[in-house]
Amino acid sequence: MPMPNGPQGERENYLNKEYGAGSWLLTTDHKRIALLYLMSITFFFFIGGFFALLIRLELLTPAGDLVQADTYNKLFTMHGMVMVFFFLIPSIPAVLGNFLVPMMIGARDLAFPRINLLSWYLYIIGGVMMLHCMLTGGVDTGWTFYTPFSTAFTNTKIVEAGLAIFVAGFSSILTGLNFVVTIHRMRAPGMTWSRLPLFIWAHYATSIIQILGTPVVAITIVLVAAERTLHLGIFDPKLGGDPLLFQHLFWFYSHPAVYIMILPSMGIVSEIIACFSRKRIFGYSFVALSSIAIAVFGFLVWAHHMFVAGISVYAALVFSLLSYAVAVPSAVKVFNWTATLYKGSIRYDAPMLYAFGFLGLFTIGGLTGLFLACLGIDVHVTDTYFVVAHFHYIMVGGALMGYLGGMHFWWPKISGRLYPEGWARLAALIVFIGFNLTFFPQFILGYVGMPRRYYQYPPEFQVLNVLSTAGATVLGVGYLLPMIYFLWSMRYGKPAPDNPWNAAGLEWKTPSPPTTYNFEQEPVVTWEAYNYEELDAPHKEEVPVAR
Amino acid sequence: MHDSTVAAAHGNAHGHNPALLHHFATEEQQRNSASLGMWIFLATEVMFFGGLFCAYLIYRRWYFDDFAAASKSINATLGATNTAVLICSSLTVVLAIWAAQTSRRALLIGSLVLTMLFGLTFLGIKGIEYKDKFEEHHVPGASFSFDRVPIPGHADQFANPRHAQIFFALYFVMTGLHALHMIIGLGLFTWLLMMAWKGRFTPEYHTPLEMGGLYWHFVDIVWIYLFPLLYLIDRHP
Repeated sequence: MPMPNGPQGERENYLNKEYGAGSWLLTTDHKRIALLYLMSITFFFFIGGFFALLIRLELLTPAGDLVQADTYNKLFTMHGMVMVFFFLIPSIPAVLGNFLVPMMIGARDLAFPRINLLSWYLYIIGGVMMLHCMLTGGVDTGWTFYTPFSTAFTNTKIVEAGLAIFVAGFSSILTGLNFVVTIHRMRAPGMTWSRLPLFIWAHYATSIIQILGTPVVAITIVLVAAERTLHLGIFDPKLGGDPLLFQHLFWFYSHPAVYIMILPSMGIVSEIIACFSRKRIFGYSFVALSSIAIAVFGFLVWAHHMFVAGISVYAALVFSLLSYAVAVPSAVKVFNWTATLYKGSIRYDAPMLYAFGFLGLFTIGGLTGLFLACLGIDVHVTDTYFVVAHFHYIMVGGALMGYLGGMHFWWPKISGRLYPEGWARLAALIVFIGFNLTFFPQFILGYVGMPRRYYQYPPEFQVLNVLSTAGATVLGVGYLLPMIYFLWSMRYGKPAPDNPWNAAGLEWKTPSPPTTYNFEQEPVVTWEAYNYEELDAPHKEEVPVAR
Repeated sequence: MHDSTVAAAHGNAHGHNPALLHHFATEEQQRNSASLGMWIFLATEVMFFGGLFCAYLIYRRWYFDDFAAASKSINATLGATNTAVLICSSLTVVLAIWAAQTSRRALLIGSLVLTMLFGLTFLGIKGIEYKDKFEEHHVPGASFSFDRVPIPGHADQFANPRHAQIFFALYFVMTGLHALHMIIGLGLFTWLLMMAWKGRFTPEYHTPLEMGGLYWHFVDIVWIYLFPLLYLIDRHP
């Protein structure tokens, strides 16, 4: 393993170039903005996790003994809003994407560095509004804001929460816009579309969804706020309006939003599996184009959230078929990853353990998604814990596992330090076990009829609920561990070499941690992505290092 | 590319535009990035207004007669005047860009001022329309009233006030949002005017002007759709 040149800490990099609050709060360096995002989303992750903990504690017993029904409604609402809009949507794109997209394509920064900083400030403004909303009463509608409950009945802080999400939404739009322009315009010479890392393809697809989907939910929220304050009647059946229109507009964004969460994670898994199998990814172009296909199909399936809401049976039929169709590109990815593993020289480092976790959990989440796309079964399990388990397998088992895998994989590059591998493997194992213990019982609970969003339940459901709560505590430990040892490693970790995994990809040709403009000379790409056969060839020539 | 190192020396090197930012290799790359970014931003705007157009289409289909009656109560002459005003303002925007490309400073500044004057005229006329609606109690809410208004072509039938209220709700949200975009555009053009005044735009570098122009044209085009959809439902001479 090559060691870093010279003693660590003397070489100038993006972390030690400047100190002081101003150098961070006014930075336009994509890597520093990524770290600002990392700290902010971690903060919101633990707030959302705190709500989850209270929910699981309440559900430990069949009686409603810890909190009141109203409080419980607020708990699951705030859990959902915080986790979806302030953690999952920004998580991978704003942290790892921000850090890596320019480096992977050989650029000095994103196309619009100041807009990148603006997007972080918008996120913070939205986040502060959301915190204020939480501390002064919160919202009890569920994260979905369904009308007319949200517009005509509830007396909680709908408008404030809506505006918080509106502002955070623009942060998401600007990130997506920045990525698309950067990927189109800032690629280094020789970095053709067919040589792009799959992480970039995944972020490109994600950005398209952010750009085209988010404005629709933004205008929907404006209408909800206007309806609530001025009683316009647009979504109120009493005044001739249609609540179903709200659901259509809401899910037009909020279903594709699931792909905003999962696609970047798929990009990370592609990088990790190729690196730790020491192989070029099997079927590169299929994996790349399946990301785009997921983004396109993802826009055409939204009404599967509304099968029991009274939409026409023909519409339901079409949306059911299209929902099945979106499984095809997802399966293309899973099969290609599996084929990449075949006859690879597999190493079981922590990032790879997370990638394996992703493979298993995403497959379960995806397959149960097909149950829900099936009209007959969906009617049976709508609004039960089956749905809750399904989307947590995708969003937590999929997106979050990928995020953690990516954080471990690129941590040496981000921080310039190695994390403790033993602890990391243990944490990956704990997360995997804790996750399954938490959410697998919920599939069974839902299938036998326990509805979601209730704070009491019949005693016969208790065993499975206790299992789920126990799993949640294990999962909590699994999430705390990486945070502790990442922080520890920043001070005590071993200095990381430039390329600790001997991985392909331009980002590994920069120093760890990178300098402010990443590359001192614009790199020229002459090789294909994932050229592991070349890297591992016994008599390889030294690949020119652009530094 | 050799340009990148030169650009890194803060772009002040001989022969390079000071507006070239560190992280771009060439001016062309910077210009192309700005242009693509603006077009993508406009795509998000299309989706933003798209939600409203979708709601409009559904309710117009459901409550066509009530929408026609409500539409007839808006002053189409003022709307048509505003359409003409905006088309003129788009012309002056194009003139401003041409003036920058051909180094005609007086024409550049004159065109920008004219554009803003057209924009202000539009907002003034819009204000008159809003005032009329307010006085006629056509603003949705507690004091809304649309009683005994005949449906066009059916003098003996009256529009349903609740359904008409949905029309007016959409009218105010759509034109209000459009007016908000006009106000943002005026702010943008004030900034462009200041830059033009300081002589920042040259035939080689006038990207902000082009971006501002794209935005202004987009806002115009939204109006071109809003005008017939809101003002001209089932009008007969």
